[in-house]
Amino acid sequence: MTLLEIQDLNVGVDSREIIRGLDLMVNAGEVHAIMGPNGSGKSTLSHVIAGKSGYEVTGGHILFRGEDLLEMEPNERAAKGVFLAFQYPVEIPGVTTMNFLRTALNALRKARGRGELSTPEFLKKVREVAGSLNITRDMLKRGVNVGFSGGEKKRNEVLQMALFEPSLCILDEIDSGLDIDALRIVASGINGLRSPERAMIVITHYQRLLHYIVPDYVHVMSKGRVVKSGGKELALELEACGYAQFETAA
Amino acid sequence: MVAVQETVERVRRIDVDQYRYGFETQIESDKAPKGLSEDTVRFISAKKNEPAWMLEWRLEAYRRWLTMTEPTWARVDYPKIDYQDIYYYAAPKPKKTLSSIDEIDPEILKTYEKLGIPLREVAILEGVEPPPGGPPSANRKIAVDAVFDSVSVATTFQKELKAAGVIFMPISEAIREHPELVQKYLGTVVPTSDNYFATLNSAVFSDGSFVYVPPGVRCPMELSTYFRINERNTGQFERTLIIADKGSYVSYLEGCTAPQRDENQLHAAVVELVTFDDAEIKYSTVQNWYPGNSEGKGGIYNFVTKRGDCRGKNSKISWTQVETGSAITWKYPSCILRGDNSSGEFYSIAISNGFQQVDSGTKMIHLGKNTSSRIISKGIAAGKSQNTYRGLVSAHRKATGARNYTACDSLLIGDKCGAHTVPYVEAKNSSATFEHEATTSKISEDVLFYCLQRGLSEQQAIGLVVNGFAKDVLQKLPMEFAVEAQKLISISLEGSVG
Ligand SMILES: Nc1ncnc2c1ncn2[C@@H]1O[C@H](COP(=O)(O)OP(=O)(O)OP(=O)(O)O)[C@@H](O)[C@H]1O
Ligand SMILES: [Mg+2]
Repeated sequence: MTLLEIQDLNVGVDSREIIRGLDLMVNAGEVHAIMGPNGSGKSTLSHVIAGKSGYEVTGGHILFRGEDLLEMEPNERAAKGVFLAFQYPVEIPGVTTMNFLRTALNALRKARGRGELSTPEFLKKVREVAGSLNITRDMLKRGVNVGFSGGEKKRNEVLQMALFEPSLCILDEIDSGLDIDALRIVASGINGLRSPERAMIVITHYQRLLHYIVPDYVHVMSKGRVVKSGGKELALELEACGYAQFETAA
Repeated sequence: MVAVQETVERVRRIDVDQYRYGFETQIESDKAPKGLSEDTVRFISAKKNEPAWMLEWRLEAYRRWLTMTEPTWARVDYPKIDYQDIYYYAAPKPKKTLSSIDEIDPEILKTYEKLGIPLREVAILEGVEPPPGGPPSANRKIAVDAVFDSVSVATTFQKELKAAGVIFMPISEAIREHPELVQKYLGTVVPTSDNYFATLNSAVFSDGSFVYVPPGVRCPMELSTYFRINERNTGQFERTLIIADKGSYVSYLEGCTAPQRDENQLHAAVVELVTFDDAEIKYSTVQNWYPGNSEGKGGIYNFVTKRGDCRGKNSKISWTQVETGSAITWKYPSCILRGDNSSGEFYSIAISNGFQQVDSGTKMIHLGKNTSSRIISKGIAAGKSQNTYRGLVSAHRKATGARNYTACDSLLIGDKCGAHTVPYVEAKNSSATFEHEATTSKISEDVLFYCLQRGLSEQQAIGLVVNGFAKDVLQKLPMEFAVEAQKLISISLEGSVG
């Protein structure tokens, strides 16, 4: 089943074109990797899918399970199952991680027509997932991402992804700032979430991550469009030769 | 924090009508003739069966008031108030003295029920939520004094308080029953000549609460007053006096609401606190007077003088306020740190939305030796509102070792509002250490988007972020109030974006 369908997407910021005629099809159960040089528009794409304001979509469309995603508010998209693990997660002082998780989870459950989790059920669930990601109880008591190290912030993103049961996970450089052990832990957390109903878009600069999270497809993005798509071996090719060969194609 | 959690859930259940207290109660009332004159003052005093000294005191204040002019230094802007176009006294009928709560007009009881303020003692026991995680406690009680328009309609838990020796009653009753105490302390913290609004209050105050905690007594429950303005064109001028004698402790809560009205209503209260050696008063307010509609029409003008006098050594006064209502707020709860080693605290959350104007802050006057004060102010401005923190910290020549820490943080939501910080510092003693920190920030688009991406609505996101911003102060509130306050914060920021 087609989960995400992006056709001829054009996006600008302050009348500057950033995404220029991008196409992408993602089916349930698939893992797509997007690679590409700095500034090629990867994060912009993820923001536009998730509904961040400040971007002007000048052409094309994004369908999610056949519905027009661009017509929806960001929280509606989240309720429909779109999850974005941010390249730069924000800090929210004074709001404990635990409280944030619970508020968000209940909002999502409500929007999806399900009841709220009871406190013990919720705690059990959080502690279980947090434990598997090496997230301490102390971190859960602290303000959202406040004083978290780069790697801790990324693990917190994966924790949320596991709790919120999305159907499309977009992971924007989830590997940046992770040490070798953390990378393994995070990757196994993500792999555990792979399922026939769920799709993932993994944005990364490094083959290293794709060694753990093996993608079905690899896309190369350059100057705002997908310039080459292939299987997992494309990532190896990129690792060996760099982006230069594709830049001209853009 | 569990409290935050709970609130968020509660907020979700509330249908989000911006000011849900905006209903009016249909009840007959007994009013003084409109306008202010010596006759009005005499009328009020007579209604209250006051002794001659009290009337004299009022008249003196009234005459003084005639010679004064309305202050204009605050950053608030409002049309001239016509003091002759206001009713200065309105009492719900029948006004015969009530011997039990069952004699209160059922309409009034209903009003308080709608407000979530149970006046029946049984109901209070049931209504109070257990502390987070803790067992449901049967002994957590709050004694309530409910003031409806100008008079106190019910004070609960009298027996239990009496057993502890605590006097908690309407000030109108205290004037008759404990004249020696009232006469001794009334006006000693806020003199009748203090300022325009305080002087007006001294002339026409109608009711309020009186508390006396005897030496060594820890008040067995929280004391609470709930003010409600109901009548049209009626000013509310309550007067509260709290005395904590040596080594005693009391925590006092104050809440307020008013119906939605097109015209502005005047509220000018005076609160005086006195603490003796080793005594402590914790005074918390959740101010939620009607703020006016989305076009800035109506709302309460809130001109309040609140001051505490740490008269004894090692005494302490702590003000915590959550200000979300009123069209105009003019309010500076202050501490006079007279006793050696005394300390004063001011924790404030002031939220303004729509066309609200807030000018609030505190004064910490260090007179004794080794006195300390702490000011934490969180101003949140949204809509087209203006939010000013105005503070004074001063150390007298003899106040050696005075210490103050001030932190003023402002948060702006949107770009049509303003936040201002006006701190005055006067150290006449070189050993004083005064620290001041101030920040102003905007609620960030990235933070909002992050929350939205996780499924929160914009309103939920703002509520959450603002509650986080104000957390240091929220934590200072008694549990019951903290929950209420968090709810209010979210509700009062309805429609603050977009
Ligand atoms: N809000 C904005 N205003 C102006 N330019 C922007 C804005 N957002 C993105 N851009 C520009 O768009 C281009 C694409 O940025 P984007 O963050 O999507 O790149 P990326 O592929 O994610 O890069 P990286 O690999 O470094 O994360 C960059 O040149 C960036 O400067
Ligand atoms: Mg990026």
